[in-house]
Amino acid sequence: MIPTSHYVVVSLLLFTTGVIGVLTRRNVIIILMSIELILNAVNINLVAFSRLVGSVEGQAFAIFIITDAAAEAAVGLGIIIAFFRNRETVLADEMDILKW
Amino acid sequence: MTNLILFYFFAGLAVLGGVLVVTMRNAVHSAVFLITSLLATAGLYLTLNAEFLFVVQIILYVGGIMVLFVFVIMLVNLDVALHQVQFNRQTWVAGLLSFALLAELLAALALARSSSTGMQLLPAPHVPAASVQGNTEQIGTLLFQNYVIPFEIASILLLVALVGAVVMGKKRI
Repeated sequence: MIPTSHYVVVSLLLFTTGVIGVLTRRNVIIILMSIELILNAVNINLVAFSRLVGSVEGQAFAIFIITDAAAEAAVGLGIIIAFFRNRETVLADEMDILKW
Repeated sequence: MTNLILFYFFAGLAVLGGVLVVTMRNAVHSAVFLITSLLATAGLYLTLNAEFLFVVQIILYVGGIMVLFVFVIMLVNLDVALHQVQFNRQTWVAGLLSFALLAELLAALALARSSSTGMQLLPAPHVPAASVQGNTEQIGTLLFQNYVIPFEIASILLLVALVGAVVMGKKRI
């Protein structure tokens, strides 16, 4: 039986990697992928703790999170395509139309 | 023992894939490594006896969301993007802060493990007795009995996302 803390450490590593990706990359698509990494880290935690307390409720929550990730990816990528059509760029620091 | 080896294999693969997602220059390579990481995560679910999530992860994430990502990368693929600077100017500060965050969280975990009020209050990991119900059945019962309303809200969310994606994909917005 693998201790739950092992899974938490893996989840922390994935989470930090995702945070670094969101904060440092310029390509919006890779930023979205980093968000997927973060959501996955959360899911690992949920499933690990769901085994720890001996119920499947955490797994049900993980399914909801996967649903959210799908919705987020669909809308986010739609926005990227719409933006790319107008400005010909996918770099986050060039998306400054709202800047005065 | 086999369990532990499998765990380390999948965990290493997941973390390595994640690191490569963030560091790769080409977005297509990032997507491929993200798929690796997601598949390894599915393997981790398997070591946690979450068979249903294992299947959902592969079908939904790898088969659905990642295909969407790859499609969009192909649609907006710019050769110029490869030759531009890939990291923004706050990279060093952000990296430093992220590692500080990681250290903090690991310290919190170590503290929780060593203190008497932390994780030890939780029961020892359940050995899943050969229960009458399988994993999928249990989740289905839970979703359609205790969590019906969240389930319906999730379906409305998906509908909204669908409409939103269609609107965003229109020729003129």
